[in-house]
Amino acid sequence: MAIKFEKKGDGVYMLDCMGYVCPHPQIYTKKALEKIQDGEILEVVFDNPSSSESIAAMCDNSGIEIVEKNNENGKIIYKIKKG
Amino acid sequence: MNEVAIGKQRWALGIVGFFALISVTTYAYNEYYIYLSAYLWFGFIYGMCLQYGRFCFASAFRDLFAVGVPRMVVGIMISVILFALVSAFVTATGISTFHSSPASIHSVIAGLIFGIGMVFAGGCASGSLYKTGEGNGSALLVILSISITQSSFVDVGGWANKFVPASWHESAMAKGLPDRINVGDGWVDQYLAGYVWDQPISTFAEILGFTNETFAGAYIGNVLIGVVLPALLLLSVVYVLWSKKGYIKELKKQGKTYSIADSLAGFWRMVVSSKRTAIAGLILGVACGLQMFVIEGLRIKFGIRNAGEILQRVGSDFGLSARGTVFDPGYWYVTTQEAQWVGWVLQKLGWENTDNIFFGYINGIPNPALNPADWMSLALIGGAAVMALLSNEFKFKKPTKELAVWAITGGFLMGIGSRLGLGCNVGGFFVRVANGDPAGWLFGIGMIGGAFIGVKFFNWWTERQMAKEMAAFDL
Repeated sequence: MAIKFEKKGDGVYMLDCMGYVCPHPQIYTKKALEKIQDGEILEVVFDNPSSSESIAAMCDNSGIEIVEKNNENGKIIYKIKKG
Repeated sequence: MNEVAIGKQRWALGIVGFFALISVTTYAYNEYYIYLSAYLWFGFIYGMCLQYGRFCFASAFRDLFAVGVPRMVVGIMISVILFALVSAFVTATGISTFHSSPASIHSVIAGLIFGIGMVFAGGCASGSLYKTGEGNGSALLVILSISITQSSFVDVGGWANKFVPASWHESAMAKGLPDRINVGDGWVDQYLAGYVWDQPISTFAEILGFTNETFAGAYIGNVLIGVVLPALLLLSVVYVLWSKKGYIKELKKQGKTYSIADSLAGFWRMVVSSKRTAIAGLILGVACGLQMFVIEGLRIKFGIRNAGEILQRVGSDFGLSARGTVFDPGYWYVTTQEAQWVGWVLQKLGWENTDNIFFGYINGIPNPALNPADWMSLALIGGAAVMALLSNEFKFKKPTKELAVWAITGGFLMGIGSRLGLGCNVGGFFVRVANGDPAGWLFGIGMIGGAFIGVKFFNWWTERQMAKEMAAFDL
């Protein structure tokens, strides 16, 4: 198992960090956000609860909006809009 | 509420019921067990707080250096200030269970090794316990690695004696330890008795000429000078370097410009930016202070100074140290009891490990089922599990090969660091800082340096992985 980065549609990317523990999800999220363009969406999928707080704080600190948060029985999905 | 969530709530209730049953039945059997139950329930509270606030010391400087998030540094500083205020009261009344540790460069080196380890492992010693309560298999591997490393490291002699300076050996031999302790054979033994024990022990209160057990000593020396001022200085640096930029950006969006007067508002915004972490820090701090109060109260009630006497009274004197004691800190601690349970298992398997200072002279290796600190750690895992189950965040996760390597390597480094520093992020840093012990800040400085080095390595590794994954995209 490794992280997965996929294009889901026009301007929408998915970063799958399922199974990974701290600090992998937050570091990969930061790196993916650095690569995509302003206005594009990054959907981060992870199951490490501790990372949720760090990813939210990282976005808040950088003025990036998390447009949707979901938790499906421990599978956490954040949709983050860059810019 | 769906069926899965209801099922998880039942499990949470079951865990609480299990611990309650242990407390009630053991108390009914013998009232001395209430001493162990006190440890148990404080551990349970710590577990709930840690999980609720995602309170992991590893993330404090790691997330700051790696992703620019200051929430955990803030949480820890809130917690340490609250803990200091409560424990200062306990100290001023003369019933503190805390003892300062020798302070020298060894604390910084130990913190550095520990800091690298906690970044690699993905969690500190206490963080790995609460994450195990979330069902995280990697965190469990970290605990196993810390435990095995420590219990082996403290007993390594033979070839390792070649790396002991002659001055340490001479000093250790001159300490007059009991014959049962083979102090001349063992790297850690000679490090402890020949070097660490010769280092100065003090508190900020004593450095300033106060006595710890006075209001001025406890509150001015240890809390104000030893905790509040350094914590505020640290938070100010974190605000200027990591948080101020985001606040200015936010003000710009609102059409405002940043002035000096906004500094205070920006600083406060940073403090309350993660309410969960701040609330957890607050409760943890108060609970840590209260535990010292409760344990010392029970010692007075039973007329004892150490849990070793309790074990003797309940008829279990196996694994007592040469002084008749067992590890009984009277406050939150993590790593020593982890070394003890593996030490106990190894002893049962035939490894003679009671001739070293760590097990044989200081901490003992009692049966884990009767070890107060083990009760605390197990309940910490249980408390975290309850919290995770209630918030639908519990999930069994098997570690992958990659994560297993990180966990074992990180746990190994944390095990070495915690034995060199006589404690981990909790016993070596958090508790010491809150009680005005300069050795705590020295360990903390090392941890920050270690986190920085760990993050540098981690960034290199993740960059490689990300480059592979993104090679197909024109980004």
